[in-house]
Amino acid sequence: MATETVDTTAEFVLSEKVRKEIDHWLEKFPEEQRQSAVLAALHAVQQDIGWLPENAMDAVADYIGMPHIAVYEVATFYDMYNLKPIGKHKITVCTNISCMLCGSDKIVEHLQQRLDIKLGETTSDGMFTLKEVECLAACKNAPMMQVDFDYHENLTPESLDQIIEKYRNDK
Amino acid sequence: MVEIEIDGKKIQAENGEMLIKAADDNGITIPRYCYHKKLSIAANCRMCLVEVEKAPKPLPACATPVADGMKVFTRSPSALNAQRSVMEFLLINHPLDCPICDQGGQCELQDLAVGFGGDRSLYDEGKRAVANENVGPLVETRMTRCIHCSRCIRFGDEIAGLREFGMVHRGEHAKVATYVKHSLRSEVAGNIIDLCPVGALTSKPFLYRGRAWELDAHEAIAPHDCLGSNIYVHTRRNQVMRVVPRENESINETWLADRDRFSYLGANNDERVGKPMIKREGQWHEATWIEALEFAANGLEGVRKQHGAEALGALASASCTVEEYFLLQQLMRSLGSHNIDHRLRETDFSDQKHLPLFPSLGMQIEDLENLNSFLLIGSNIQREQPLAGVRLRKAVVKNQAKAMSVNFLDHTVNFPLSEKLVVAGDALLFELAGIVKALIADQKELQDQTEQLLKSMQPTAEQQAIADKLKQGEKSAIILGAFVQQHPEAATIRALAQLIAQASGSSCGVMSLGANSAGAYVAGMLPHRLAGGAVAEKPGLDAGAMLTGACRSLLLLNVEPAYDAANSALAEQALAKADFVVSLAPYLSNDVREHGDVLLPIATFAENTGTYINVEGVWQTSRAAIKPFQECRPAWKVLRVLGNIFKLDGFEYVCAQDVLNKAQEVIDAANFVEPQWFCPAPIALPKAKTQRIAEWPIYSVDNVVRRAVALQESLHYEQPYGARMNQATANKLSIAGDSEVMVEQANAASICLPLKIDATVPDNAVAIEAGIEATRGLGGAFENITITKRVG
Repeated sequence: MATETVDTTAEFVLSEKVRKEIDHWLEKFPEEQRQSAVLAALHAVQQDIGWLPENAMDAVADYIGMPHIAVYEVATFYDMYNLKPIGKHKITVCTNISCMLCGSDKIVEHLQQRLDIKLGETTSDGMFTLKEVECLAACKNAPMMQVDFDYHENLTPESLDQIIEKYRNDK
Repeated sequence: MVEIEIDGKKIQAENGEMLIKAADDNGITIPRYCYHKKLSIAANCRMCLVEVEKAPKPLPACATPVADGMKVFTRSPSALNAQRSVMEFLLINHPLDCPICDQGGQCELQDLAVGFGGDRSLYDEGKRAVANENVGPLVETRMTRCIHCSRCIRFGDEIAGLREFGMVHRGEHAKVATYVKHSLRSEVAGNIIDLCPVGALTSKPFLYRGRAWELDAHEAIAPHDCLGSNIYVHTRRNQVMRVVPRENESINETWLADRDRFSYLGANNDERVGKPMIKREGQWHEATWIEALEFAANGLEGVRKQHGAEALGALASASCTVEEYFLLQQLMRSLGSHNIDHRLRETDFSDQKHLPLFPSLGMQIEDLENLNSFLLIGSNIQREQPLAGVRLRKAVVKNQAKAMSVNFLDHTVNFPLSEKLVVAGDALLFELAGIVKALIADQKELQDQTEQLLKSMQPTAEQQAIADKLKQGEKSAIILGAFVQQHPEAATIRALAQLIAQASGSSCGVMSLGANSAGAYVAGMLPHRLAGGAVAEKPGLDAGAMLTGACRSLLLLNVEPAYDAANSALAEQALAKADFVVSLAPYLSNDVREHGDVLLPIATFAENTGTYINVEGVWQTSRAAIKPFQECRPAWKVLRVLGNIFKLDGFEYVCAQDVLNKAQEVIDAANFVEPQWFCPAPIALPKAKTQRIAEWPIYSVDNVVRRAVALQESLHYEQPYGARMNQATANKLSIAGDSEVMVEQANAASICLPLKIDATVPDNAVAIEAGIEATRGLGGAFENITITKRVG
């Protein structure tokens, strides 16, 4: 999941794999609705290089044929897109109503202390990036967080420590 | 039609029309921010909530279609309550900085807050702040004031065709932004200043300069392109403070091009000359009007006595007024010379006898948006006539019109081109001839007429495609751009365009140069035609001949020959060769400074009363908004007094209206015979040499805009001037990889220019801008050019 180094000043070239993935999604929509593929296209780029630099968003816009700004609008709307390079593991904590009522504030506070970073930052060893997200639909077991693609639920400060340790040791 | 009732008033409305439009058409005010009649409906500000009978909740008037028998209440307690609540929400995050806000006094938010808002708010938490954007030298941003109406975003998307602003981030963090910092690139971007209902987007050059209530509005006409956009000149204490659009549905709608909006900055420029100037022994000295006028008259008279009246010549810009043209030609003809012209940028005058009364679009400007197909020939429409570009874009986007282009450069346009041919110089003629050939395959009569011309033509697939699409279009048009009129074979191009139009049932027109080409033609500012188009018995010299040094004396009206003429080098040489040069201009340009003898300072557009005839043939008179700068005088007054000094008859005009009346009288009485189409000579094979493409950049078209600093700065994102060519041409000339090259043209200085590799330039062509200081002294467009390595 970690981000690759990208030259953000040069023209970005979409990789063969990403273009195939975008084409696959473009096929699903009518020709005049090509822009519907933008969400999947951005995910494909993010899968590939870990985050979405401006030049990569421009490349996606040009590939699909939509204004650059329209892609920025989409990318900035959703929390799941990384607009900055991220660490090896991305921790996203839900702070919406159910989680909040079940103590997500404490979870966030604990994580910030434990990792010594604030929301939106990355640890200096490049291991973790901490973000706040909207509801991830696991209210039943609130408070919850997502690390990379895995859900961790019914969080307590103690369970947090274990989870963090596990990821830290997991080379 | 349906009948609805708003506030007890019965009104008729179109089916499907939105409530707010029906109310507007009947003078009923409904408050709004996001709704704008020229933009799509967003319904996101909620300010226009009104009560509709039987609807459970207030409905947004901008997004509620009328229905028969609908009863609407815009001032009922429920409506007022909804409006007041919306107002309260909008003000939660809006700063109360009206005293330092440029929009104060002309602010929709301010007005509606007073009219529909409450006097206090339940919200006492902190307001959010949003960082400003630097979007270039024309538009100032204060994004904290933004209320997210999205008009600026929709304008970019729907009208300008270039989305520059967007709504980025979400919820509390949502903001209107460009995301990537850049200057606005649209040539009509200034309209977002008018569209913004709050002070988020304001005019940067006008920032902190004045308050709306201090300004006087004067109706005027924008003098920079052939559309004749209607403007209000806003003045304070005899100074132009800003220019805003004046709505005219048939010309500029509610829009204005940036060139027309900000050109006043050039007229306010420090380079203005406020007193007449005379050159004695190589030095310019200030003089009184009497001295300068007599000096000018004596100089002209001296040349006339020594070399005869044929040695006198007069050149005027294509953007003067009808009154000025009429007086100048009256003066010259009274002195015995027909050497008068305004076509400085043109080089082919061979068909001048065959041209119509004035260069016309051949259709209404308003109808451009109803076209089904159109062919642009040698046109950079967005840059030459930005608002015509806006209309054509509508035709393409809303009507699915087929846009086609045959051009010398692959210009970007904000609408998709269904066919596009990009060829260097002379090859354009073959493309047009091929299209004609494809069109007349089944038209025997035209085949006979053009047998010689098209004998060897064989239409290509692309030419055939253009021909087919023109024929299919129910309403189709051929539009010659300003660019193509500079071509040395423009006459043949015009004739071929006529043929294409005739064979495809299209209208044929030109986007003429300058703001008043039509006025110049009609007022007789031509060597071969008198006012009204009557044939001059003894035609004089055209601009091309005058600028090759055939005149001993030149009278220049608002012209800077080294920057305005087709061939800068020859024009400057002609000035140098002339014994006596009189310049009527607001500025002392470098070419006149070196070669001129007397400068009579004249008024610029806002200081002058005069009539412009647009490309549709509409006469529009613009009245002086302020007194001329210092001792400047309107050119018509200067010309009139010159006539008096020469003791000529018929120069007793008291005001500009007198001149216009007289011109009108002569024009009405003139007998103009509509000329016949003529078949041009067969086209010669294109020369294989490298040709120059010389376009006037958007903000270099006349002396005033050249001095509008903010406009010049707004272009900084564009490739700076230089010798632009494609990679293949650079390789062929073995200069690829060099940063600078030497450029040389016949009879012209050799200059050093930066080399730019540019894929929009066709093979065997080098694009170098004209009309700018850096390329002054080069030769003409479409002439051969030699590019060599820079030595040392």
